[in-house]
Amino acid sequence: MQILYFAWVRERIGLPRENVETSAKTVNELVAELSAREERYAVAFADTSALRVALDQELSEFDAPLEGVREVAFFPPMTGG
Amino acid sequence: MIRVQAAAFDAGAELNMFTEQTAGAGAVVSFTGIVRDVDGGLSGMEIEHYPGMTEKALGTIRDEAMQRWSLAGALVIHRHGPLATHDTIMMVATASKHRKDAFEAAEFLMDYLKSRAPFWKKEMTSDGQDWVASKAEDEDALTRW
Repeated sequence: MQILYFAWVRERIGLPRENVETSAKTVNELVAELSAREERYAVAFADTSALRVALDQELSEFDAPLEGVREVAFFPPMTGG
Repeated sequence: MIRVQAAAFDAGAELNMFTEQTAGAGAVVSFTGIVRDVDGGLSGMEIEHYPGMTEKALGTIRDEAMQRWSLAGALVIHRHGPLATHDTIMMVATASKHRKDAFEAAEFLMDYLKSRAPFWKKEMTSDGQDWVASKAEDEDALTRW
C-alpha cells in the first residue's frame, strides 16, 4: 500500500511517501500500526482530529475500511484559495 | 475548465478569454486570490498540493456547481509552488444568463475549494515559516450550501 504525507505531516514524519505492507483493516488500525513504529509517527498522528485522510484520492474517514485501497494520504485540513 | 499550475498567469487575460468563450451568457463574475501583506512582513508563500487528487477534487466541485446553477461556464485556476507577496494565487470565474447564478456559483466554488481541494499554504515571515492553519469559519461556510 502506498502511503502519502503532506504539509506538516510530511515534515514531522520526514518523508513524502512510502510503501507499507499492512494487514490493517481500517485507517485507524493503520494509524495505530504506524504510530507504534517510531516516535516521529506517534507525534504526527497524536491527534487525528487535526488530520484528514484520503483513500485513493477521495476524502474519507478514519474508521473507513482499507480493503481494496491502494493509496492512503494523510494531511492537515486544507488551506487552498 | 480546471488548471493547476506552478506558472504565473495573467488573471485579466484569462478573464477576457473566458468572457469571450462564454459570450452571449450575459453575466460574468470573477474572484482573484492574491498573496496579501501580513503583520510581521510576509516575504513569500509556498503552496503544496496533492497531484492527481487536486485535479479530481476541483473537477468534482466544478461539476457540482455546473449542476446546481445555470452556468454557461466555470473556470478555476490554482497555482502551487513558491509565490511572492502580491502574486496571484488563484482565480475563479463563472458565466451565466443572470448575475445571481454566477455570483452564487463563484462563492460556492471558493468556499469548497478552500477546504475540500488538497492545497496547503506555508507562509514565510521574518519570524520564520509556518503552515497556515485552517479556520473553523471556512468549514462553517460549507453548511450554507
